[in-house]
Amino acid sequence: MSSGGDGDLRLGIVGAGKVGTTIARAAIAAGYDVAISGSGPAERIALTVDVLAPGARAVTTDEVVRYADIVVLAVPTHRFRELPHDLFAGKVLIDAMNYWEPIDGDDDELATAPAGTSIVVQGHFPSARVVKGLNQLGYHEFEEGRRPSGVEGRVAIAAASDDRTALLEVLQLIDRLGFDAVDAGLLEAGVALEPDGSAFGVAYSSSELSDLLWLQERSA
Amino acid sequence: MTTRDIEFGLNSFGEVSRDPSGRLLSEAETVRLMIEEAVLAESVGIDLFSIGEHYRHQHVDSAGHVILATIAGRTERIRLGTSVTVLSTQDPVRLYAEFATLDAASNGRAQLIVGRASSTESFPLFGFDLADYETLFEEKLDLFTRLLRDQPVTWSGTVRSPLTDQFVRPAIAPGSIPTWVGVGGSPQSVIRAARYGLPLMLAIIGGPPSRFAPYVDLYKRALDQFEHPRLPIGMHSIGLVARTDEEARAAHWPYWEAVMKLASKERGFSVPSPDQYAAEIADGALFVGSPETVATKIAATVRTLDLSRFDLKYDLVGLPQVSRATTIELFGREVIPRVRELLEDEPGLSDDRLAAANTPGSHV
Repeated sequence: MSSGGDGDLRLGIVGAGKVGTTIARAAIAAGYDVAISGSGPAERIALTVDVLAPGARAVTTDEVVRYADIVVLAVPTHRFRELPHDLFAGKVLIDAMNYWEPIDGDDDELATAPAGTSIVVQGHFPSARVVKGLNQLGYHEFEEGRRPSGVEGRVAIAAASDDRTALLEVLQLIDRLGFDAVDAGLLEAGVALEPDGSAFGVAYSSSELSDLLWLQERSA
Repeated sequence: MTTRDIEFGLNSFGEVSRDPSGRLLSEAETVRLMIEEAVLAESVGIDLFSIGEHYRHQHVDSAGHVILATIAGRTERIRLGTSVTVLSTQDPVRLYAEFATLDAASNGRAQLIVGRASSTESFPLFGFDLADYETLFEEKLDLFTRLLRDQPVTWSGTVRSPLTDQFVRPAIAPGSIPTWVGVGGSPQSVIRAARYGLPLMLAIIGGPPSRFAPYVDLYKRALDQFEHPRLPIGMHSIGLVARTDEEARAAHWPYWEAVMKLASKERGFSVPSPDQYAAEIADGALFVGSPETVATKIAATVRTLDLSRFDLKYDLVGLPQVSRATTIELFGREVIPRVRELLEDEPGLSDDRLAAANTPGSHV
């Protein structure tokens, strides 16, 4: 059951809250096999997953990591540091979290991260291939913005990573989930996708989003 | 028993208002205004007046129970609640004492919605660590429900000192203070409400309320799983009622936009455009318009989400007194009777909702 390459349609999701279950639903609709975990035993999220993301399997976080090569990290931002540093070794780890001070509390490291919070996440999981993505739209906008490829008005989502191979895999995932995928470049460029960043929370087309990110980079 | 069991509430976050000359009221004047508004709410037939808990600029709802007690002395029938009490940073014993006393003073009219809060300013203020968010809420909900249901209480946990065979006075009939759990869309919070056998209050402040239908389903299935009876589901949304749709929008937009501008800065999303505002009124979570518009929308939402309670939050920082008073009057005199009428015309209510509505007092 090893996975990898273009034919792999397995997705792991760590975090069974609003964001995690929304991404799980979208991934199942797009034909993925999804394993999802919350904090603690699988039974704790079994009902949630059954109702909010039917078809996904509720498992432990360790099982998510064993199951999939691409894992979405969607836990509350103030809690990702509770996960072990080497948990996602070698995995493509999509950082879908956003830091919001009123929700997550004062966190100097995240609040002052000049190149974005995903750099901090990469620092915590040094052996993971961190890609910033799927954080850019609110979970409702994400759910309702999905469209088949080629449909006019399709919304774009960008992703950023220092690992080009990982980034390409995530761009392909984004397209399958129902969005035009935009390459935002290196992980540090992902700061534009965060709250207060220019590309956050707005339903742009791929050309608009590409232009915006390009301008952002030039002005940085 | 029919649709008349739906409870209609008015909710304030203690936001400062403006007098007819345009002067911003002082915070003390706003506290007194809230008391007058609750008296007005009773006189126009609104079932419930509830107060939030915030510790921020231009919000004067930091000690809602004191305001509720004052309202209790000026009214006879209206129920007195919170929306929401930030249980995570309260002492459940103190909270019980306050609300049992309010219940006694008001002759059984006290109730609460408890929640984890979407803003977190009370954590540093009272010396709590946000990292303990989950544990604080879970343990305190456990202790609070035990104080409400089954005294004396023997309890121990990590968030406060243990209790041994403790009675807290004044005594109330076990389970007589309705206590709802307020949720904003976290599935685990929905399940927790079901686990404790507490009714569910949905805070719906953006987007189509129908988005919450899966959470309603989750709640019902969780109640089944925990072998609790079906319990009421309520929702809270922001609104303003005026004579016409145009008047309502003109009165509401500038203050709503200002609030959204502030929130967008804090939470990093873009400020909604006038078009998005119009969409929010048409299909989303804003209940802004003429009595007929607002009533039609509430009735539809009651059906979609199988609701037994609807709370309208009527205050917004800077919103003039007169707009607030008009909203209260029209909500009580026209919207509520019209919603009841609409729901009777076209029953379509599930047996669940009726069953839940028909078991008042069983849901603490």
